[in-house]
Amino acid sequence: MPFSLLLLVLVGLAAMSYRFGTARARAVAPGRQSQLHSRPMYHGLYAAMWCGVPALLIATVWLMFQPVLVKGLVLGGLPESYSALSEARLNLIWNDIRNLATGDVVRAAPAPEIRDAADAFRRIHAIGDAALAVVCLVLAAVGARYALGKVSMSLRARNRVESVITVFLVASSLVAILTTVGIVLSLLFESLRFFAKVPPLEFLFGLHWSPQTALRADQVGSSGSFGAVPLFTGTLLISLISMCVAVPVGLMSAIYMSEYAHRKFRAVAKPLLEVLAGIPTVVYGFFAALTVAPFIRRMGEEIGLSVASESALAAGLVMGVMIIPFVSSISDDVINAVPQAMRDGAYALGATKSETIRNVIVPAALPGIVGGVLLAVSRAIGETMIVVMAAGLSANLTFNPLDAVTTVTVQIVTLLTGDQEFDSAKTLAAFALGLVLFCVTLGLNILALHVVRKYREQYE
Amino acid sequence: MEKAKVRDAREMTPETHVDKTGAKIRAIATNVHYGDKHALKDVTLDIRAGEVTAFIGPSGCGKSTFLRCLNRMNDTIEGCRVSGTVTMDGEDIYDPRIDVVQLRARVGMVFQKPNPFPKSIYDNVAYGPRIHGLAANKDELDEIVVTSLEKAGLLAEVKDRMEAPGTGLSGGQQQRLCIARAIAVNPEVILMDEPCSALDPIATAKIEELIDELRENYTIVIVTHSMQQAARVSQRTAFFHLGELIEVGDTEQIFTNPGHKLTQGYITGRFG
Repeated sequence: MPFSLLLLVLVGLAAMSYRFGTARARAVAPGRQSQLHSRPMYHGLYAAMWCGVPALLIATVWLMFQPVLVKGLVLGGLPESYSALSEARLNLIWNDIRNLATGDVVRAAPAPEIRDAADAFRRIHAIGDAALAVVCLVLAAVGARYALGKVSMSLRARNRVESVITVFLVASSLVAILTTVGIVLSLLFESLRFFAKVPPLEFLFGLHWSPQTALRADQVGSSGSFGAVPLFTGTLLISLISMCVAVPVGLMSAIYMSEYAHRKFRAVAKPLLEVLAGIPTVVYGFFAALTVAPFIRRMGEEIGLSVASESALAAGLVMGVMIIPFVSSISDDVINAVPQAMRDGAYALGATKSETIRNVIVPAALPGIVGGVLLAVSRAIGETMIVVMAAGLSANLTFNPLDAVTTVTVQIVTLLTGDQEFDSAKTLAAFALGLVLFCVTLGLNILALHVVRKYREQYE
Repeated sequence: MEKAKVRDAREMTPETHVDKTGAKIRAIATNVHYGDKHALKDVTLDIRAGEVTAFIGPSGCGKSTFLRCLNRMNDTIEGCRVSGTVTMDGEDIYDPRIDVVQLRARVGMVFQKPNPFPKSIYDNVAYGPRIHGLAANKDELDEIVVTSLEKAGLLAEVKDRMEAPGTGLSGGQQQRLCIARAIAVNPEVILMDEPCSALDPIATAKIEELIDELRENYTIVIVTHSMQQAARVSQRTAFFHLGELIEVGDTEQIFTNPGHKLTQGYITGRFG
């Protein structure tokens, strides 16, 4: 029985158990339903859970361990001569067996023992599937029978259903957490492999970045140097330029929106401003590369400055525009969260509107605003598309915004696109860069959340 | 011209603007609308200088609305219209030539819930003098802060921790801090909108005692839900009902011999 059909049958069985469960609960207490501990619906769900959940769990566990089990059995059935082969060779043979069994294209003329193994593979699979189906259906039937047998006036079906639902909720939240942990671990292990080739100190403090390495010993090519400082300064420079745009513009527009703008204007302008956050970053990227960068170059020439055609300034400016909504939206929220009583207090003392904003509202909202800015910084550091298109690839160690620079994210993209070998220092460097990026943005986010939370406590 | 006049009034010592006979504030046929809602109907009332005037009445009767007309705090509410005349020392405070900022420096206000700024105790009190430039130097500012806290009866409790945040004080202390903050601007009139409703009886007693002392130097208007409080602290009482001023008179007369059925019903607890 194919797995999808089995799944369908299980769902059907669970639905039937639900019907039987509700019907039986009604039958137990005819005409005095209020005396049932749980509503009939919960008895139905209780039965459906007993029917479906154990069978599905068994099926999931089977699906997880089936490949390992089958591989062990099939390879174990091969003649003695194969057991001495290396892991890699064995994997190749295993691939052949699988391909042969599923009817895919295989190498010409497989050996007879491979053919036998493929037959064994098919046989084991068929037995496994049949066993799974039988076990699942028996479990479903037994579970449903058990739950239906327990339906009574005093069965606390609701409490049990709710506790199962709680487990589901916990599992769902674990998915997100475990994914994060998985990403961190994979970054960490790949980075450790990189640091085995390049010392961490050289990576973190080296001043020269040129990741090209020779693929083969006889090839002409540099041996590669992995000093990431030019990337860090490039990232820092572009983030700095973007914050110089985003913070003042975002903050001022937030103050205007929340304190001065008429309600009708605000209702139109605020969503419009937030549209900025919805523009795909690749669109910002070619806007920066095709419109802003040439414009800056022309302007520079007018006043006699030499500007690289891909400049940190162009990328930073456009990124700043992209980040405006982050700053303005969070600032707007925290400014609105400052209690009206604060404003009243200042106005009643004869403060003007601007005095009230400068001396009372902004200081009261400052922690929240700082939190918003920190979130925006981590967004700027992690932004990739704009800088790939507008900032260039040359790892210059410079603080001149008119030069081309490159950032951590751009280098990760260039290191990992195209054909790669996953054991060269060049490719592994991407993971180390990713780890640094992750640590920095994680630190900024934690700091931002901490600052925002501290602010929230103030008025409760 | 107007500005100069206001300035002069502010520079007078508090004693000089207490005139025991005349009306400090005079409202004539004052109406307030919130959008379509007619919140205050044709109120004509004199607030006498150097006295405590109490506004009483059931919730939503317009007493707070009227109070907020006296320093134009209603300006900050969207959709609120005020018509009629309100004069202070004979000047129309709704005259376009009047600067509302300077009006509010002359008419201080204390709110229902204590609302100290999230700043230090010192900065809370110094805020008004700073924005109005009342102190020429740090020593003068210190002087103003200390005197204001003294007058508000808070100095003894906070003199060792002037740099502590104002929000860290207890509710009653916060309210006295707000009173000190209002006094620091040296106003002529202090409006109090149910200043004790968020406080316990002991803190309330302290504030009431304070109001009685402040009467020496300031004209005070207080909105209150507690009739005992009105009887204890005020010299004159005005009773509002459904946006109308029903009756105003000496406190003793209002509480012992009210002229209107509604007033009698309210103060004897038959409604409201």
